[in-house]
Amino acid sequence: MLAQQLVNALSLGSVYALFALGFTLIFGVLGVINLAHGAVFMVGAYAALQAVVLAGLPIWAALIVAFLVSGLFGLVIDILVLSPLRKRHAPHLIPMIATIGVAIVLNSAVQGIFGADNLRFPPGVVPDEAIEAGGLHITAVEIGIILLTFAIMVLLLLGLRRTSIGKALRAVAESPKAAALLGIDVEGLLRKTSFLAAALGGAAGVMISLYSNAVYPLMGQPMLHKGIAVIILGGMGDIRGALIGGLFLGFAEVFAVAYIGSTMRDAVAFGLLFLILLVRPTGLFGKASERKA
Amino acid sequence: MGALLEVSGLKVNFGHVEAVKGIDFVLNEGEITTLVGANGAGKSTTLLALSGLVPKAGGKVLFAGRDITRLAPHRIVHLGLSQVAEGRAILTRLTVRENLELGAYHRNDTDAIAADFEHVLGLFPRLRERLDGFAGNLSGGEQQMLAIARALMARPRILLLDEPSMGLAPLIVQEIFRIIRTINEAGLTIFLVEQNVRQALKIAHRAYVIETGEIVLKGTGEELLDHPRVLEAYLGV
Repeated sequence: MLAQQLVNALSLGSVYALFALGFTLIFGVLGVINLAHGAVFMVGAYAALQAVVLAGLPIWAALIVAFLVSGLFGLVIDILVLSPLRKRHAPHLIPMIATIGVAIVLNSAVQGIFGADNLRFPPGVVPDEAIEAGGLHITAVEIGIILLTFAIMVLLLLGLRRTSIGKALRAVAESPKAAALLGIDVEGLLRKTSFLAAALGGAAGVMISLYSNAVYPLMGQPMLHKGIAVIILGGMGDIRGALIGGLFLGFAEVFAVAYIGSTMRDAVAFGLLFLILLVRPTGLFGKASERKA
Repeated sequence: MGALLEVSGLKVNFGHVEAVKGIDFVLNEGEITTLVGANGAGKSTTLLALSGLVPKAGGKVLFAGRDITRLAPHRIVHLGLSQVAEGRAILTRLTVRENLELGAYHRNDTDAIAADFEHVLGLFPRLRERLDGFAGNLSGGEQQMLAIARALMARPRILLLDEPSMGLAPLIVQEIFRIIRTINEAGLTIFLVEQNVRQALKIAHRAYVIETGEIVLKGTGEELLDHPRVLEAYLGV
C-alpha cells in the first residue's frame, strides 16, 4: 500500500505545486500576495468545463482554453487593479487587500452566472483507463497532473535561467528601478507575469477539478490557504520552493489520512509545516534578506 | 561640438516640495559635464528625471534634437541615454556575466555585443575573474565598476553617472575617475553628478553648481575650481 500512497501523494502534491507556482511568481516579481489567485484558479475550471460542455472540445483543448481565459483575467486584474496601485507606490498591504475584493467579485459573478451548485465534467472526458501494476492503481488524470506540473516547472526554471526575458524578470524581481535603467520595459514584463501566473493558476484549476471531479464557485478558497502555506514553506517567490512545498503538503496530507486518520489531515499537515518554519523561518529556499524595492 | 542633450526649465516636485526648480543645462557631445552640489541639492533627482524614473513637473528635455520629456524609461535607454544609479545599482542575485548581458538587453547585434563584452572586460580586468560569481559578492569598488561596465554594454550615446565615488576608498575613487576619463577620451559624452566636488571639477569640461534645486553657478571645470564661492562652500578653503 505504501507505493499507492506515494502515487496519490505525488499527484495531489503536484496540483498544489502547480497552484503555488503562479502564486509565488506574482509574489517574487510583483511583490504582491495575490489573494485573487484562488479565484482565477476557479475561473480556469469553469472555462474548461464550458469548453467541454458547450463547445464539445476535447480535454486538452479545454485546458488550453482555461490557460488563456485565466491568463486574460490575470492581465485585466493587473491593468485595472495592480498597475494603478503600482503607479501610486501603494504599500504592500494595499494590493493584497485589493485582490481580496477582486476574488469576491469573481466568486459572486461566477455564482450568479452558473449557480452555487457543484458541477461535474461529463463522463468520458478523460480516459477512464488506469494503469494497474502490482496492486498499484494510477489513473490517466494522475499521470497528466504529474507530467504537466513537472514539465511546466522545468520550462519555467530553464526559461528564467537561460533566456534573456528570464534574466530580465529576475532583474525586475530584484529591483524594478535598476531594471528600468537597463532599458527593460518593466511595466510590460509585470503584465506578462500577471498573465502567466494566472494562466498557470487556471491550468491548476482544471487539473484539480478533474482530479476531484468538482467545479464550484468557492473551490479556490481552500486552495488559496494551502497555496499560502506552500509558498511560505518553499520560500516566498522561489520557483523550486513552490514545487518542493507543494509536494511536501501533498505527502503530508496523504500520509496523515493513511496512517493517522482523515479527520487529522490538515492538523498533521499544517503542524509539520509549523515545525519546519520553526527551524527555517525563511522557508526551504528562502533568502535571508527580503526584497527592498 | 554641439549640444547632444538640452534641458530647459526642468522642474520636479516631491509632494509639495519643489526638489528641482526649473533648471537649464546642456551636455555637449564628447564632453564631460558635471553637476555638483551638496547632499539634497537635487542632483540625483535631476538624473532620475532625465531617465524618466521620476515624473517631471515642467520643462523640456531634447536629446539629439528629439523631445524625450515624456518617454518611458526603457525607451530613453533604447535611444542611448544610460544611467548608473547611485549606490548599489547592480543586481546582486545575478552573476557578473548576467549583469553584463542585461546591459545589452535591447540590442540584437550579437557580434557587436560580444566585442563590447571583451572591450568592457579590458577596461575592468578585475571583473573577468569574477564573471560567474554573484554580483552581490563583489567589493564596493568592483560593484561600481560592474555598474559602469554594464551601462557601457548598452552602447549609450550619453552616460549618466550618479555619485560613482560614493562610499569608496580614495584609491578606488582615483581608479574610477581615471576610467571615466578614459571612456570619455574614447568619445563618450558623460554627465557626472558628484559630491566629490574637487575630483569632479578636475576632469569636467563644463560644470554646473546646484543649490536647493537651482543652478547657481556654471562655467568650465577649471573656472569653477578657482571660483571663490566654490572654494569657500565646497572645497573648504
